[in-house]
Amino acid sequence: MKNINLTVNGVPVTVPEGTRILDAAIKAGFKVPTLCYMKDLCNESSCRVCVVEIKGNRKLMTACSTVVSEGMEVLTNTPKVRASRKITLELMLSNHHKECLSCVRSGNCELQTLANEYGCDAEKYEGAMNSYDVDDATEYLVRDNNKCILCRRCVAACNKVQTVGVIDAGNRGFATRIASPFEKDLGGVPCVACGQCINVCPTGALREKDSIKAVEKLLADPEKTVIVGTAPSVRAALGEEFGYPIGTDTEGRMVAALKAIGFDKVFDVDMAADMTIMEEGTEFISRLNDKNAVLPMITSCSAGWVRFIEFNYPELLPHLSTCKSPQQMFGAIMKTYYAKKIGVAPENIAVVTVMPCIAKKFEKLRDDECAAGAGIPDIDESITTRELARMIKNYGINFNALDPKTEFDNPIGKGSTAGLIFGATGGVMEAALRTVAETVTGETLENIDFKATRGTKGIKEATITLAGKQINICVASGLANARKIMDDIKAGKSKYHFIEIMACPGGCVNGGGQPIVSSEKRNLVDVAKTRAGVLYKKDKKDALRKSHDNPVVNTLYGDYFEKPNSHVAHKTLHTSYVKRNRY
Amino acid sequence: MTEEKDKQFGEVLESLKDVPGPVMMAMQKAQEIYGYLPIEVQLRIADYFGVPLATVYGIATFYSQFRLEQPGQIKIAVCLGTACYVKGSGGVIEKFGRMLGVEPGHTTPDGRFTLEATRCIGCCGLAPVLTVNGEVYGKVTEDSVDEIMAKYNNA
Repeated sequence: MKNINLTVNGVPVTVPEGTRILDAAIKAGFKVPTLCYMKDLCNESSCRVCVVEIKGNRKLMTACSTVVSEGMEVLTNTPKVRASRKITLELMLSNHHKECLSCVRSGNCELQTLANEYGCDAEKYEGAMNSYDVDDATEYLVRDNNKCILCRRCVAACNKVQTVGVIDAGNRGFATRIASPFEKDLGGVPCVACGQCINVCPTGALREKDSIKAVEKLLADPEKTVIVGTAPSVRAALGEEFGYPIGTDTEGRMVAALKAIGFDKVFDVDMAADMTIMEEGTEFISRLNDKNAVLPMITSCSAGWVRFIEFNYPELLPHLSTCKSPQQMFGAIMKTYYAKKIGVAPENIAVVTVMPCIAKKFEKLRDDECAAGAGIPDIDESITTRELARMIKNYGINFNALDPKTEFDNPIGKGSTAGLIFGATGGVMEAALRTVAETVTGETLENIDFKATRGTKGIKEATITLAGKQINICVASGLANARKIMDDIKAGKSKYHFIEIMACPGGCVNGGGQPIVSSEKRNLVDVAKTRAGVLYKKDKKDALRKSHDNPVVNTLYGDYFEKPNSHVAHKTLHTSYVKRNRY
Repeated sequence: MTEEKDKQFGEVLESLKDVPGPVMMAMQKAQEIYGYLPIEVQLRIADYFGVPLATVYGIATFYSQFRLEQPGQIKIAVCLGTACYVKGSGGVIEKFGRMLGVEPGHTTPDGRFTLEATRCIGCCGLAPVLTVNGEVYGKVTEDSVDEIMAKYNNA
């Protein structure tokens, strides 16, 4: 490819033909602010804050969409540029509900940050303001269009990345707003609750439905034994909320913080992920050995994905593993086995989970998720990584001062690192293969690294040999990729036996409940890959790397569940699915 | 009746299969066939061309000529072009709105009247002007609203 030479603020830089000014400026070491642009996602050129001067050009040009040319002289920070950006921001602020003191995004709002950097007068332009009802119809997502700046990042996430397609810009001119079809609220459309829209929103227009108050109510109830469980990827991202760089493992501090908040027991959902592997692996082997069974089998851990298939491919539901997700298995184990073990009635046990996910807030309300009996949900409350960070701050806990070596509670707190890597795309498949391979062959594997399942590529595939049988596996993350896989199955073209699907691109580490990373940082860091690195690094050096070797798993089967896919395991750890109407 | 329309629209979709940028054309044809764009029709367009319903709906609300409600039997279209507006058509349309209990662009719950604001219809000499089911009324005043309504209410 041809190279182009240009200068940015006088600094010479050479980039491939077709590069946009923004990337050339980053390469030359300069920062250009963006509000609508986000790497690999959105390039609408609608916000106009990335404007730059080009020598010989009368008009300012948008750095995010203008392609470089030979000899171009770009100036990213002239008085003219700064003045233009300032006015653009002030005009945005003139129609923005400025609740910054109480806004959930205060402190990491991209609009607020830029308004500060450019010395904006928030009240400079008085004029008409839009006023919209806040959409809080669902249990998981809140949309407040009063804070929307119409960047359309959420639209790109919903329509392009996820092909869920429940929001787009409607109306025109000053009345333009992001809306669902026919003005339906988010409860009336096939939103799958992946929360990817929240992660890319530059402002507080999108957020999770806050469950902190409900958790505090449980903690304050003297009747309740309150157990908390944390998902694998929470520890890989929580630190970001306290100033640690992306990719910092804060497992010990996270556990210490949960104890300081006052949970009676702090357990690792990795343990339930191990149970998922035992159940799902066994289910896969029996499907493989049954000529009449439905294949390919698809994983059911990702609540957003399950919702997606229920809405969009209900005829393919028999492909879904009947296993509950690790969150639901965790709650089910607590309210059956563990309740009995500690001699507390299941009604008096409250299970809270910390998840990288907002779909988990929906999942806990599903039918057929009450192992201990009707009216006793497996999970009482589910909070996101972000909500946990807010709680830690609210409780006045000095996160940095907590003991990084704090361990999960015993006896059933610990998970294997097979359960841990569930947090990254391909992790469930790798964990399952470790167990399935050893179960089928009866031999101990020398190499348990299934590298083909790793990495953030949207669709990965491999063929492995299991006891003489060729098994085609596939790993997909992001629902646009899932859709391709499902269309192939529907058309009878799929060659796979076993498929892992995660709703969020890159898996749970990049889930809709994780700390929000600004577009500026995303230009420089591959968020999903860096967070996943935490999990794989731990897996590499841990002694317990297979679910079936986890002594907790063996205790659970020995004391209560008999064997994988037993009657009691089915009753407690498996679930059913429903067809959902889109509109 | 609807079945016939569905079939006719199916043929339209088929004919647009390989046309670039077919969504808006399909929407225009749909409105010709059905008179408006109900959710079922928009969903059919969305699924046929593999675009989100939200996007089809976004287009439908961006362009004022697309209708989301079934039009009424009697369509009152008041010109809000410059000449008519200066001559007081704003007051005329407001009065219709008050009498019918609907905002411009909407249909009365009984399905009888649709009130619409239009751009210049090309007879500024008669400003302010309006049409009722295509019949032109010129030099209207707020008082003539009562007369027009009386005529159609008794009809």
